[in-house]
Amino acid sequence: MEPTILSYCKIKNNTVWLNGDEIYIDNKSVDFDAFLVNLYRHINLNYPKFFKMDNLCKLGMLAAEMAIRNNSKSDNCEKDKTAVFISNNSSSLDTDRNHIKTIEDKSQYFPSPSVFVYTLPNIIIGEISIKHKLAGENAFFVTEKFDEKLMHSYTSIALQNKHTADAVCGWINVDGKEYEAFVYYVEKSNFNPLIKGFNMPHNPETISRLYN
Amino acid sequence: MEALIKTLKIQIIEQLNLAELKPEDIEPNAPLFGEGLGLDSIDALELIVLLEKHYGIKIQDSKDAKAIFASIQSMADYIMANKK
Repeated sequence: MEPTILSYCKIKNNTVWLNGDEIYIDNKSVDFDAFLVNLYRHINLNYPKFFKMDNLCKLGMLAAEMAIRNNSKSDNCEKDKTAVFISNNSSSLDTDRNHIKTIEDKSQYFPSPSVFVYTLPNIIIGEISIKHKLAGENAFFVTEKFDEKLMHSYTSIALQNKHTADAVCGWINVDGKEYEAFVYYVEKSNFNPLIKGFNMPHNPETISRLYN
Repeated sequence: MEALIKTLKIQIIEQLNLAELKPEDIEPNAPLFGEGLGLDSIDALELIVLLEKHYGIKIQDSKDAKAIFASIQSMADYIMANKK
């Protein structure tokens, strides 16, 4: 028997898909920054701290928000037993570059604390956890490409533990203008195809299919 | 003083990424931390950088920071008294 994927969200090329349906496309934004703000307003996130985040965190927050908000368990998940497992390719490179810009001119050496705090990729896990009050296990992986076998394996082992009931998992990558987010919500309960609403078996084949 | 307060508001909104605020939304005497703008510890560090970057002022004693950053007005007063 397998755990169940209750929702997933993909964001790429100014477009958002929720559980396979295209729910938002932004033809107006000329750049990634504007797209993120437009999407923030579109989903009524109402979370002022969003504007202080780097683009990696903004993208991850938006994808996680939709995956968490739009699943059948969203109102009654055990927050202290909900894990967050995220992976990407570029780590925090996008913000690392921004940080370097603030210190490369020795005559204008003013490193920005608010930029520096995002020079670690796993900060996105903290931001998602704070917003949704999640206090379960967490891990961040840097891999060359999205590794569904790694994510499935790690999540499955965590879900066998009594301290993990649900998991927010995925791939959140930003490198300059290139970006991609794929976030999915998994619950421990065994997959049951007879249950109404979106649900999929949690296995590498399904994860790969949803990602692609 | 009025011009300095207006400039400070713009600089703080930009430096602290308070994108949903306009300069006129910030009362000069409203607290910057806690009940007022709700700034956090990272914002406090950004304000220290802002003073140094734009006004050439380094806070020598960290004990003074709480009073200096109490409000936009107190920041402006400190800048006027210590500007190089």
